[in-house]
Amino acid sequence: MRDGGIAVVGDKDSILGFKAIGLDVFPVEGETQIRDTVHTLARTYSVIFITETAAAQIESLLKRYAARPYPVIVPIPSSEGATGFGMKNIRANIEKAIGADILFNNKEDK
Amino acid sequence: MAKLNVNPTRMELRRLKTRLKTANRGHKLLKDKSDEMIRQFMIYIKENKKLRDEVEQELADSTKSFMLARAVSSDAIIEEAIAMPGTKVELKTSSKNVMSVDVPEFEIIESEKKELYPYSFASVTSELDSSIASLTNLLPKLLKLAEIEKTCNMLADEIEKNRRRVNALEYVMIPQLEETIKYITMKLDENERGATIRLMKVKSMIENRN
Repeated sequence: MRDGGIAVVGDKDSILGFKAIGLDVFPVEGETQIRDTVHTLARTYSVIFITETAAAQIESLLKRYAARPYPVIVPIPSSEGATGFGMKNIRANIEKAIGADILFNNKEDK
Repeated sequence: MAKLNVNPTRMELRRLKTRLKTANRGHKLLKDKSDEMIRQFMIYIKENKKLRDEVEQELADSTKSFMLARAVSSDAIIEEAIAMPGTKVELKTSSKNVMSVDVPEFEIIESEKKELYPYSFASVTSELDSSIASLTNLLPKLLKLAEIEKTCNMLADEIEKNRRRVNALEYVMIPQLEETIKYITMKLDENERGATIRLMKVKSMIENRN
């Protein structure tokens, strides 16, 4: 298995903090740049954290990586707070596996 | 359901019966596998949701204090402060087998702890300290989240694939085989009856001639 590091992709404000703890940060802006960056990083890094705002723009690319063991691409909330993109993925997984959403039911009723 | 296109012979019948037996057995095994995978998936997905809730909460806090630190000090100072991180996070990756799905597993290799804060305390505010401290504490959790989220993702994929296989066996393969076996049995019986009738006919013809 490859021993790639951890990369963080997103807008500068949200991810600069990660640099201080020793992760590699890649500030990006705009859909094309996000796409290119993730594409390149996917070859060398094993974990890529990406801000939800950025992840929402390249959903199709993320789907492609979803089926492989590496890289692991994880959406994290940006400085603007959680958008629910990560939770949406969990829900999609449940629906795919079981056919019905059973964890989030209670929330939607309210 | 359409029957298979085969010759109605005894040999074919025997072959099909074996196939049916295998198909039934495979169907049962796959169904059991599916049950177990769903059970595992439920465990993982619950953990996943809990972890994500926590991580999102904590990360929001730490980014907030980081934003505060940026607001107080100038951009240049902040960037200078964290330009040379004191620690480097190394990752050891391996894979684990969950229900014959290879899922990633991570292990953080701690580089020798030098200094958590790679800057002089004189130039930046305490918000940056607290932000970095909380991020450091958060890192193992983030990696755990990465691991579990990927596991859930791959398990969900595998469960879906498995369900397709089970359905294909249950609703296509097995009925098809059963139908074909029935067809061949009928055909063979019919042939046998035909042969008997022919014999009787021939016998009576011979008797009439005498």
